[in-house]
Amino acid sequence: MSEQVAVSVNGRPVTVASGSSVAAAVMVAGASCRTSISGEPRGPLCGMGICYECRTEIDGVAHKRSCQVACTSGMEIRTDG
Amino acid sequence: MSAGKYDVVIVGAGIVGAACALECAREKMRVAVLDHDVIGGGATAAGMGHIVVMDDSEAQFALTRYSQQLWQQLRPELPDDVEYTQCGTIWVAADDEEMDEVHRKASYYQRRGVPAQILSAEDLERLEPNLRKGMAGGFLVPEDGVLYPPCAARFLIEKAQAYGATVQLGASVSHIGDGRVRRADGSELSAGVIVNAAGAWAPELTRGISVKKRKGHLVITDRYPRFVQHQLVELGYLKSAHAVSSDSVAFNVQPRRTGQVLVGSSRQYGAEHKEVDHEILTRMLQRAQEYMPRLAQTSAIRVWTGFRAATPDKLPLIGPWGEDSTVYLATGHEGLGITTSLATGRLLADELLGRASEIAREPYLPSRASSMEHAHV
Amino acid sequence: MVSARKQFDLLIVGGGPAGIAAAVSAAQSGKRIGIVDDNPALGGQIWRGETAQSDPEASAWLTRLHAQHVELCSGMRVFDVSAPGILRAESSEGTYEFEYGKLILATGARERFLPFPGWTLPNVMGAGALQALVKSGLPISGKRVVVAGTGPLLLAVAAYLKNHGAKVVAIYEQASRAALAKFALKIAGQKSKVAQAFSLRRELEDVPLITGAWPMAAKGSGVVQSVLISRGGKHEEIACDFLACGFHLVPNTELAVLLGCRLQDGFVQVDELQQTSQTNVFCAGEPTGIGGVELSLIEGQIAGLAAIGKEDEAQDLFTSRRKMDSFAEALDRTFALRPELKAIASAETIVCRCEDVKYGQLAQQQSWRAAKLHTRCGMGPCQGRVCGPATEFLLGWTPESVRPPIFPVALENLISEAHQQEKQHTSVM
Repeated sequence: MSEQVAVSVNGRPVTVASGSSVAAAVMVAGASCRTSISGEPRGPLCGMGICYECRTEIDGVAHKRSCQVACTSGMEIRTDG
Repeated sequence: MSAGKYDVVIVGAGIVGAACALECAREKMRVAVLDHDVIGGGATAAGMGHIVVMDDSEAQFALTRYSQQLWQQLRPELPDDVEYTQCGTIWVAADDEEMDEVHRKASYYQRRGVPAQILSAEDLERLEPNLRKGMAGGFLVPEDGVLYPPCAARFLIEKAQAYGATVQLGASVSHIGDGRVRRADGSELSAGVIVNAAGAWAPELTRGISVKKRKGHLVITDRYPRFVQHQLVELGYLKSAHAVSSDSVAFNVQPRRTGQVLVGSSRQYGAEHKEVDHEILTRMLQRAQEYMPRLAQTSAIRVWTGFRAATPDKLPLIGPWGEDSTVYLATGHEGLGITTSLATGRLLADELLGRASEIAREPYLPSRASSMEHAHV
Repeated sequence: MVSARKQFDLLIVGGGPAGIAAAVSAAQSGKRIGIVDDNPALGGQIWRGETAQSDPEASAWLTRLHAQHVELCSGMRVFDVSAPGILRAESSEGTYEFEYGKLILATGARERFLPFPGWTLPNVMGAGALQALVKSGLPISGKRVVVAGTGPLLLAVAAYLKNHGAKVVAIYEQASRAALAKFALKIAGQKSKVAQAFSLRRELEDVPLITGAWPMAAKGSGVVQSVLISRGGKHEEIACDFLACGFHLVPNTELAVLLGCRLQDGFVQVDELQQTSQTNVFCAGEPTGIGGVELSLIEGQIAGLAAIGKEDEAQDLFTSRRKMDSFAEALDRTFALRPELKAIASAETIVCRCEDVKYGQLAQQQSWRAAKLHTRCGMGPCQGRVCGPATEFLLGWTPESVRPPIFPVALENLISEAHQQEKQHTSVM
């Protein structure tokens, strides 16, 4: 049983520990999760799924709260920042 | 609180009251605007904020077209937070019968000098790829637009204040008539003319006017830039028997400048409570999904309701209320309050000054009430 | 889109300590009991992840729970009340309707955020938030972390992060040294809290705990690189990779309000049996008053027992609750926000992060409602959960009543199959 999971963040491969959240993968990749309406880079604020700052596109679906989604092998994560 | 005499006291600081305030103040009348809550807090806050030319009747067409042009003239002055976007309206035809209506509308609008374009099925698919496949075509009115109403109302109020109008918020009005406006705290203002622009609450201040509440629901999504480019409305209302007497829903979506999608619309009669009605919401969203299937997976952030002020002939009441020579009405705009607010202000000011208007005022006079007919459908 | 209905005699919303304790206490009745929780695993925030195994108390309660016949509905988030006695929840598969005879709300709390310049920089987040992220795979080993804000959570988080290899530079607690000392004396009489505090002190021996200090600004380009701290009237700048900053907790009362439960001072009002103003609806844990794990466990037990008609057994717990109530009061007093925190936001500081509304814009508005309409503050997906407590503190505003959905949901999930009808006539807009 592998202890690592391979995903891609904005097309670039990232490897994280199995069970990691997408938010963690985005942060490991050095990206920010989203860009605010006035153009600021944003990352997770609350870590518990209520602030919506960690929204990213996961496997083509926009506005997923990345801190609440576990990485799965081959997952394609896109941030707009 | 001031108890001086005003030339005009307007009750209601929604978009209609605000437009009336601006037009009267601009003509050097001494104007006060009162509201029990915040600027633009009633239907102005709840509605879709569209500016749309409608042809249910000649009178409705004249008023909406005149007002749409006034909005275009005002456009360069509008601040950013009004979010004015000339996205145009596409009336969507789902089948050949509705496409016939597209041709009728095209001829009607073109004869009256309103730019409009017939869209083939291919045109429609290219312009709005998120509409479901198999539509027959559509009717594009490129000069229609959308804006964010509470900020538009505030802009109009501020312009009125620059002309000397005063605004009193948080002041509930309990009685108007005989040149006096009485507030809930017992204090009074005296006015040459009182304008009832209280929207859905207008009948509480002026008994016997033919305005009834027509409840609507709206849903707004998270940001999906380029999901929809134009305001989209279905032509399907043609299929309804007499829509004026039953609860109904219709496909109507709008892009906001933020990229959020505003999804409507619904109409209910006799629903007085403001809670969300699950049955109507379900019907409305099913209708929306029929036309735009991809809406299903969008993230819906908020759902709310509002009350339109509706009249039997779908035309607003603008002008003197015969039973009290000091009371004028500027209400009953149903779903066209934003669109026709500017024209309403102009017509009201024209009436007060006894000068000619750019369009005939008769169809909107409250005195027509005794002979109101249903508009053609 | 799946839509299913489940029926319970007793439904518990929230799978943290209060919800777990309620379920365990009620399970003896043999009634049909369910817990609905939005996380993939039970434990809520405070017993998240590995804590469930490593913390003896958490592990004991979970063992007790798993020995009972309680249906666990994980990964489901309640967003609406479909009809009296029926809640509606969303999961990744679709929606669920939960029909209940009695309801216990154990919806917990969330961190309070106060705005200051730079607080929107990536890697500035809540204290509990950083801990949650590390638990969910964020590497923290070797990273410099400044912990700031207020509340007992700061110490717990600092200790956790340090144990996972972080360089916790310092903890900046806005409460005064005197207030903390008084608090320490107060909890000296309570065995479990003493053990906790003592073990934390030892773990954090080389981490400075600086009282009467708070963040003035976070600085950095693209991410936080340093934080400016106000301390004893002076400012100091501390380099860091993460700023874990939270100002204690605020209760999650939205579902309670949607159900018509009365609030008092922002918390769900309950009687001595944890019953709310709505018949058949109980509430336990943080939504009734921030009091920590012990109080949540006791209140959960009382609610669970009361919900199955065991008022006598519930009463046996009243004394313990009374003792913990005084702890809750001490928490409130000790970690009250000092007025200087109102001045850390400048006119240019963003307060509503969903809509990027600045403090200067908000200060011009008369009320929450006026601000919402005219600046769009509170109209974003967080539905005011972040900016609401901030504006309450900064401007004294109380938010409006709650409307469904109390969380964003997929648009199709707003469609209620129970209300589906044949296509009707339509009308013009």
